[in-house]
Amino acid sequence: MVWKLSPVSVWRHRIPRYRLIGKECKKCGKHHYPPKLACPYCGSRDLKNIELPRSGIIETYTVIYEVGEEFRHKAPVVIGLVKLDDGTRVIAPITDVAEDELEIGLRVEATFRRIRDGDHFGVIGYGLSFRPIRTNVSKTSS
Amino acid sequence: MKSVGIVGWGAYIPLYRIAVDEIAKMWGIDPFLAKALGMYEKAVGGLDEDAVTIGVEAAMNALQRAKIKPDSIGAVFFGTESKPYAVKPSATIVAEVLGITPNTMASDLEFACRAASEGLRAAFALVESGQIDYGLVIGADTAQANPGDVLELTASSGGAAFIVGPSSESVAILEGVFTFITDTPDFWRREGVPYPFHGEGFTGDPAYFHHIIGAVEGLMKKLGLSPNDFDYAIFHQPNGKFPLVVGKRLGFSREKIIPSLVTPYAGNTYNGSALLGFARVLENVAKPGDRILVAPFGSGAGSDAFSFIVTDKLEERKKLAPTVDDYLSNKKIISYSEYARMRQLIKIVR
Ligand SMILES: [Zn+2]
Repeated sequence: MVWKLSPVSVWRHRIPRYRLIGKECKKCGKHHYPPKLACPYCGSRDLKNIELPRSGIIETYTVIYEVGEEFRHKAPVVIGLVKLDDGTRVIAPITDVAEDELEIGLRVEATFRRIRDGDHFGVIGYGLSFRPIRTNVSKTSS
Repeated sequence: MKSVGIVGWGAYIPLYRIAVDEIAKMWGIDPFLAKALGMYEKAVGGLDEDAVTIGVEAAMNALQRAKIKPDSIGAVFFGTESKPYAVKPSATIVAEVLGITPNTMASDLEFACRAASEGLRAAFALVESGQIDYGLVIGADTAQANPGDVLELTASSGGAAFIVGPSSESVAILEGVFTFITDTPDFWRREGVPYPFHGEGFTGDPAYFHHIIGAVEGLMKKLGLSPNDFDYAIFHQPNGKFPLVVGKRLGFSREKIIPSLVTPYAGNTYNGSALLGFARVLENVAKPGDRILVAPFGSGAGSDAFSFIVTDKLEERKKLAPTVDDYLSNKKIISYSEYARMRQLIKIVR
């Protein structure tokens, strides 16, 4: 049994999820993602939207075999902690990658993918995933 | 009326490929047939890819080449026959991802493989009439085929995007266009049915050849041109053979058609098919002053013939995004079982 995704939730988070929009703290200058109401580093609420760099490295990752029903057709699911080129950390799926290609330090770039299928009757959750940078087809390395 | 043209273009072909021989072997299809169709491999979208994600990738590349602000785009037309939602536009998702929203037109068009081509005509007309500054047209599909149907040898995933705008900023200026449409049931998919069906031998002469020839001859008559006036000719590519045959019937030499052939290596990406061919010609061989014929076809049935004149702005834009050949060389070969899983031919009940 797979639950429907909430249309309200998909709608509310669409801009950060579609465009990799994070927040910059006007007090301490640090970036964070996904956007929060207060800076996770200094607590300031004086924040502004910022388009984050689309490339970075895999800082660590995990390969999940025991996935929920919603993701069973995609197993195993690879989740990475990606450190973007400005230092911002993003937790996101890693895609178009074979398990033996995965390594800490691997350069990756953001790609727009179908992250959550939900059930067959509900909305689709699109968002960001990261893929290994393959130089000739990279949008960020040129 | 303003003069208009192509300001930017972008391609996208997924990473995965399956050898056409493997599909033929799986279903006991005569191995000679794959060769006769001029096919080697076809592209397969991954488990997290669909027409929308493919369209976004291609459109991002087109924006990079056009060097315009996303919010200056006034229309987004998405041509596909593999819409992720039967009801709910794909074009709004792409427009939101790229930052084109909210002041834009946006809609999905359906005319089998020709929907994006009609989108191009509409976008050109909107720019020509001064109603919008730029239009984004996407042709992207994760083409379906009934397993074991001969169509499975070619139906693939991929897409192309074009940004149209004023001729002063264009890499290729529109010289003329001619459309040829009839009600011909050569290929269809009924509501709620997962795979399309086709009229067997009926897809060739009364459909593909009749309509492309009608559109191209109409265009040449309208502009007072003959095949010798064109440097390259790009036709819809349902396989590797048909474009060469229709070219021969019209009087275009093989040399003018071969540079556009993408389908033998990536499969038929339906709405992306002729447009990827156009992109490849712009990237690999076109020179300023060249005249290029582009003739997409869609079952049901119809064809548009466009004539473009290449400008000196082409060279600088080529390097601004990955090319069709970059995508063709970036590949991972998969087995039939991996392909069946990725395209969900094996369905898990969830
Ligand atoms: Zn702070």
